[in-house]
This record gives sequence, structure tokens and C-alpha cells, in this order.
Amino acid sequence: MRWPMRWLVILAWLLCCSQARALTPEQAGRIADGDSESRIAALNEAAASGDAALGPFIDALLDGSVRVAGGRAYVVAGESAVEAVEAGTGRAVPLPEGAEEPLVNNRMRRELQAARAALSLFAPERAARAAAIAALKDEIDESRLPLLEKAAAAETDAALRGQLALLKAGVLIGSDDRTRRLEAATLLGASGEPAVRSLLLERQRSEADADVKAAIAESLKRVESRLAWGERLGVLFTGASLGSILLLVALGLAITYGLMGVINMAHGELMMIGAYATWLVQNLFRQHLPGWFDWYVLAAVPAAFLVSAGVGALLERSVIRWLYGRPLETLLATWGISLVLMQAVRSTFGAQNVAVENPSWLSGGVQVLPNLVLPYNRIGILVFAALVLVGMALLIGRTRLGLFVRGVTQNRAMASCMGVPTARVDTYAFALGAGIAGLAGCALAQVGNVGPDLGQSYIVDSFMVVVLGGVGQLAGTVYAALGLGVLNKLLEGWAGAVLAKIMVLVFIVVFIQKRPQGLFALKGRSAEA
Amino acid sequence: MHPTRRQFHLTLGAAALAASSLGLGSAHAQGAGPIKVGVLHSLSGTMAISETVLKDTVLMAIEEINAKGGVMGRKLEPVVVDPASNWPLFAERAKQLITQDKVAVVFGCWTSVSRKSVLPVFEETNSLLFYPVQYEGEELSKNVFYTGAAPNQQAIPAVEYLMSKDGGGAKRFVLLGTDYVYPRTTNKILRAFLNSKGIGDADILEEYTPFGHADYQSIIAKIKRFASEGKKTAVVSTINGDSNVPFYKELGNQGLKATDVPVVAFSVGEEELRGVDTKPLVGHLAAWNYFMSLKNPSNDEFTKKWAAYAKAKNIAGHKDRPLTNDPMEATYIGIHMWKQAVEKAKSTDTDKVIAAMAGQTFKAPSGIVSKMDEKNHHLHKSVFIGEVKADGQFNVVWKTPGPVRAQPWSPFIPENKGKKDEPVVTAKK
Repeated sequence: MRWPMRWLVILAWLLCCSQARALTPEQAGRIADGDSESRIAALNEAAASGDAALGPFIDALLDGSVRVAGGRAYVVAGESAVEAVEAGTGRAVPLPEGAEEPLVNNRMRRELQAARAALSLFAPERAARAAAIAALKDEIDESRLPLLEKAAAAETDAALRGQLALLKAGVLIGSDDRTRRLEAATLLGASGEPAVRSLLLERQRSEADADVKAAIAESLKRVESRLAWGERLGVLFTGASLGSILLLVALGLAITYGLMGVINMAHGELMMIGAYATWLVQNLFRQHLPGWFDWYVLAAVPAAFLVSAGVGALLERSVIRWLYGRPLETLLATWGISLVLMQAVRSTFGAQNVAVENPSWLSGGVQVLPNLVLPYNRIGILVFAALVLVGMALLIGRTRLGLFVRGVTQNRAMASCMGVPTARVDTYAFALGAGIAGLAGCALAQVGNVGPDLGQSYIVDSFMVVVLGGVGQLAGTVYAALGLGVLNKLLEGWAGAVLAKIMVLVFIVVFIQKRPQGLFALKGRSAEA
Repeated sequence: MHPTRRQFHLTLGAAALAASSLGLGSAHAQGAGPIKVGVLHSLSGTMAISETVLKDTVLMAIEEINAKGGVMGRKLEPVVVDPASNWPLFAERAKQLITQDKVAVVFGCWTSVSRKSVLPVFEETNSLLFYPVQYEGEELSKNVFYTGAAPNQQAIPAVEYLMSKDGGGAKRFVLLGTDYVYPRTTNKILRAFLNSKGIGDADILEEYTPFGHADYQSIIAKIKRFASEGKKTAVVSTINGDSNVPFYKELGNQGLKATDVPVVAFSVGEEELRGVDTKPLVGHLAAWNYFMSLKNPSNDEFTKKWAAYAKAKNIAGHKDRPLTNDPMEATYIGIHMWKQAVEKAKSTDTDKVIAAMAGQTFKAPSGIVSKMDEKNHHLHKSVFIGEVKADGQFNVVWKTPGPVRAQPWSPFIPENKGKKDEPVVTAKK
């Protein structure tokens, strides 16, 4: 049953095309040249005739591969093309002297995209029709009603027919007929589109009929409650996303400060080194493996870890190991190291930020709800943070090295008596913390700026998370990071970014006053050590 | 280079002469040696993304002037300092340039907060500053020449465009900025302007972020919600510095398209968009008095000169992909006008140069003959509005028919009524 139906539709579409007038060169010229008003009028006129040649011409206009000269439009193949195809006739002609690129501004672009979508409402592929409907949902235009009705009549897919009915209702809510308005107002309640909300709000103000007004209010409530879900989920996601970043920047510190007790002020600079390592790997890929550029991140992750871990091990061996048990001296020394590292990077790579590009699979986002888009780079960092966390938990909890680290932090003398090489374990643990900072740097490079000062903007955050979570506690770090992330985003939505930052700091000051040991305190004898 | 005994005596004599005739203050060495020119731009920190290239522009212009024989037969010698995006440091470095290095003029600053920080130094020592960036107005110092745009040469025309049919007929506005004096003042002016056009406060959302803010998720979510609460919405961005990179990245990733909610920026040009994938940003706007994509002979010359200079000096980024922008143009105009004024005044003395600056003209890369106003220390400028193209350049979609005179005191701020359109010189001594 379905196949014959589809063929019938295609046949009808083909018939309809062959009957229509072809896009004339004059028409193409008028669409491309002149003032916006007349161009849009010419475009709508051509679109109404449903010409198949219009689609490719619109695509060319949107691509910027159309040139105009003497009221005629030409489609060229490249930037410096001399050969062109005259639009409307399809003849290959040399591009006339002085041909100019037509102006396509936002308004023109919107009209062109809508016209393009209207054309593909009758496309044989379901995906193309769905895309066309999605493109039209922000464009409420009365002149498109006959087209929508035709498309709804021809549509075979139930879901798409429902969406088309919503589109139609968006137009009909402005109709003069009271019953049609009422019907449309009720129907629109099923929508979850932000555009429908602004449409309903507008209609609510101008509607005179009490029944219709009530129906609009009812639908508005339904649409708004649906949108509110998108917003709530959005806040949760942005909070989790910020939390995952905080977790990444704090995890390394949870080892060096939390487990080893080293107040490492150079932690931020270890992140910065990881970010620069990512940038270097990116440049290597761009130069030597341009075909594999999209996958540079996969190589950058281990590179960032190893470079930062190496720098960390060097620091531990050369400076920090002489200062164990002297927190004030460690603080000053590591702060000095952070300045040295920053200046070293500044002298080597320049003071300006360097550009780290997202690979294409981390650009863009996935549309979950009409008003909720989750960007791929944020999702990527969430997953990455979870992986790092699991990896670290396994390393500390399940491996021999982890056992040694825990042993040395709990009772150094006893561990040493049992034959644990405490000095080497210290180096490994510090290098591990530094390496995780490097991983954080690699992740940060995907969302923020990479410059010599990168670490400075995160060092406060990372200490905040570790202290809030409770020193020496991995689980505490996780809860603190996610909690702070969501809290920060809730406050940001309510009070703005500047105030939110202040409020979070005040909250932490008060919290630490009340509970100096943090969220989760170590219990037992080791707590006093 | 050690000064010879003769030069030393000459300088000493000149200094003594100057000190005796002018009293304290302008003790610029008037000799045959090079004229020192101060360059005060952040080469590190959050503003380095925008300011570094201005330093290079000054150096290029100095090289160009020196190659043609210098100013009054004397070579120019640049003195570059780095105030590191640190506002109090700007004042310190300015003082160092003026009192220690004895520069004749300073080219510098981007953010208004840095300009406000150095202003007392320049007024106190009666020295000259050329400020090359669009700003909020509400200031008119005798010691500063503003070669960037005042609000009526950038912000107001841009908002008018957004409200026009071709700009999308925006009825609601999000005023988004970095939290400091320029965005706050500009938004105050814009709010008053929008109110005068019948747009109520309910249809205006003002949002600020700290310098260097990197997480724009909730801001974008807020913009989306605001846009769904009423008629056509547009965003006016006065975000400054490297925050723009995460802002535009997030904008692209969240799929906020220019056809739905256009964003017009006042501090984002070709340079700031370097390293951002501009394909999802096509159609977002910027308002400036110059775009690299302008087609005219003097711009061709300017961009070619810059490309050659960047290649010769191996300037990172620019050597492979040279970009020019509005503040670079303003810097370039500024230094050339200063040269012309010094030659007219036959002196680098601050007061003489200020007098000679009035009415100076220069063939600007934007395609007009730019004129320094006779009175108000601002340039007459054409306004262009450009849309971002997929290649990171701007496509000019609107422009003023000719140069516009600056109104440093915005008529939309009531307290400005009756303020004089020229620097008020308080009687000294």
C-alpha cells in the first residue's frame, strides 16, 4: 500500500513541475539584483510557480557563487572563475566584465532559505521533507498557506503531517474566521517550539474574541510548560558541563594537595602546559597529517598527559621533594615556579593566545528539544571527565602504585619500613597529579582560550573544589565539582555572571567557616596526622 | 648609542630654554636626534588578542615614515612597553614613557578603562595620546585625539539598522557586554536611544560578564529564552577581548543562527574572529568604520603594505594570513595625521601640535578623506555594517552616504545638555 502511494506522490510532483513555467533569465536577474523588496517579490513569484530550476539557483545564491551584470544572473564555479552559466537558460557563457556578487543579507538569506525549504516540501525523501518543515517552523508567512495545504494533502508520513498541521495552524491563527482561529489556537498547544510561544504571546495581545483568547492562554500554558522543561534540562546540562570542567581541573590537585599535602600553586600552569601540548599536536597534524586533522585530539590527550607529567616529575625531583612537610615554603616555591613556567611559555610561544580549533566532530551540537541544543564539545568533556575519574579511581584503588600512594600518605614511616620506596612513590604520585592537570588543559583548549595565563583563571576554582570536597577525598571532589557547577549556573541564570561568581565565593567562605573539614572528612587516626 | 658631548650640550641648552620659557611640563627634546614615539598597547593578558596588532601597525607606519625621510628630517624612534591588560599598569607605563623616555606622543590603549587610567597622566604632564578604538564618548580631553568612533558613529547606526526592515526589524534587544565602563556607558546610551524609539525597558535585557569570561552557556540560553518571549530579538554585543572566542564558539555550537537572532558586535573584527570557525556564524554582524573587505585603491594599498610588513617581520598569524581591521586603520590614520600636524607646527610641542591637528585630512583606507574635526578632537567617519562571511571576512550590507561628525557627548544622555563640543581648557597658573 505504501509504495504505490509514494510513487503516486512523485508522479504528481513531476507533473506539477513540468506544467510550471521555467525560471526565466529575467526572473533570475530580478531575484539577484535590485533592492530587497523587489528581489523578495520576484523570489516569491518564482517559488509560487514551483520551478525545479529555482532550487539550485537559490543554493548558488546562498553559496555566494552567483554574479550579476546587466540585470542577468550568472552562476560561477569558483572565486576567480571566468566561465559562468547563465541562470535561467543554462547556457555556458564567459562571465561579463564587471560582474558583481549580489548582496545577500540576513533578510534575503531568510527568504531564500524559506523558499528553498518550501520547494523541498515535496521532495521524495522523508529526511528532506522533515528538514524543510524544520526550516519553515520559524517562518510564519500567510502567503505560504496554499503551499502548506498542498504539502499536507500530499504528505504520507503521519509525524510529518502532524508537524505540517502545526505550521498551518501558525498561519491560521491570524485568519479572519473565528472557528479556524479557535481550532488553530487549540492545535498549537501541542507544539514545543520557542517560535510558537512568541507567536501565541503576540496573538494573545491582539485577540478580541474571548473564547479564542482563552484557547490561546490554555495553549500558551502548555507550550510554556514544555519549554520550561527544556530550560530546566538546559541549566542542569550547563551545570554538569561546568562541573565536569571543575572536576578535571581539581582532580590532579586532589592528588597533589589532597593526598600528598603539597599546596601546588603551579597546578594551573601544568594545565596550561597541557593545553599548549594540545596546540602543538594540532599544529603537527595540520602540517604533516592534514587528512587526519579531525583526530588530532586523540593524539593530544596522551601527549598532554605525558608532557605535564614529565614537567611535574621534574618539579618534584628538583624542588618539591626538599620541602615536604613545610607548607608555607612549598606554597611560595610553587608560586615562584608558576611564574617561571608562565614566563617560559610567553618567551617561547609569545604572549598572545594561540588558536586551538575544534575538530569537526566536536563542533556543533545535537538538538534534544526544540529549545535545547547540547554542544558536542561539552558532551565530549563530560564523557572525558568521567573516563579520567574512573581511570584515576581504578589506579588509586586497584593498582600496586595506588596502594603505595595511599600507604605513604597515611603513614610514611611505616610504609618505608615495609619496603615501599617512598621517595619514588612521591615522584610518581606528583607526576600523576600533574599529568591529570595536563589532561584538563587538553579539555580546556576545546572550550576556552589557550594563552600563558590560562592556569591563573582556574587555580582558584580548583582549590575551591578540593577544599570544599574535603581534603584527601576523591568522592568529595566529585560532589563538590558537580555541586559548584550546578550552583554556579543556577545563580548565573538568576543574577548574572558577575554576581554569581561573587555569591559562590561568599558561599564557600561561609561553608568553610562552618565546616572546615569540607563536605567529606576523613575519619580515624589518619585524620589527625 | 652614547650621545656626543655636543649633542648633550645642545639638549641641555634646549631643555634649559624650554624650561625657562614654558615652565614645567613639556620638556620634549628639540634637537636633531630621533623623535621618540611611545606605543602603549597590551601585549599580554586578555586584551592582547586585540591590541598586539596595533603595536605592529604603529611600527609599520613608523618604518614607512622613516623610509620617506622621517618627520622634519628627523627619524621616528618607537618605544614599546607592555601594560599587560592591567589597568593601573597602563598609568605607570604611560608615566614612564613621558617622563623617562621623553616621548613626543603616545599611541595606545584599547579598553576605556585603560584610557581612563592614563588620562590624568597625560593631562598632568600635558602630553599627547592618540586613542584608536571606538568608545563610549562622554569624554573630551585636550590631550587626547580620538581616532576611533564615538557612539553616533557606530553604536546608534548599528541599532538603527537592526530596527530597519533589512536588518530584520528587531523589536527586542539583548545588550550584552563585558563588565566595565565602555559597555556600561554604551548600553546606557543605547537604552535611552531605544526608549526614545518606543522600545520599553521590558523589551531590553542587559547582561554583563567579567573580563576573560569563558563559559557562555547560560548567557546563550538566556538569549534564547528572551527571544522566545516576544517579537524579533537582536543582540548587541560589547564583549571585549578574548572572551569573544568562547562566545562565538558557543553561539555556533548552540545553533543560534543570524537569521533568527542576529548578533551585532562593536569590538569584534577580522582579528578577533581568527581561529573561530565562522561557518556557523554567517550573517552575524559587526559595525565599524572600516572593513578589510572594502574595495578601494587606498585600502588595496593599505592591506598590501600590511601583508608585506607582516611577512617581513614574521608576525605570528599575519605572515600566513594577513588581516587588517578598524582599529588598525584608526591607528594608521592617527600616526599620519600626527606627522602632518608636527610638520605644520614645525615642532613636537604638545600645544602647537594640538593646534595644528585641527582640520587635518588624510586619505583613509576606508575610502574617504578622513578629517580631524576642527574642534572636538574626533575624526569624521563613514559607518559600515558588515555581515560575517564563511571565510571570516565581512560583507558590507549597509553604509552611511558620507562621513559622520562625532558627537562625543551623546544627546541621549540628559546630563549632557549644554556641554561644549570641544575640550574645556581650564586656565593654568
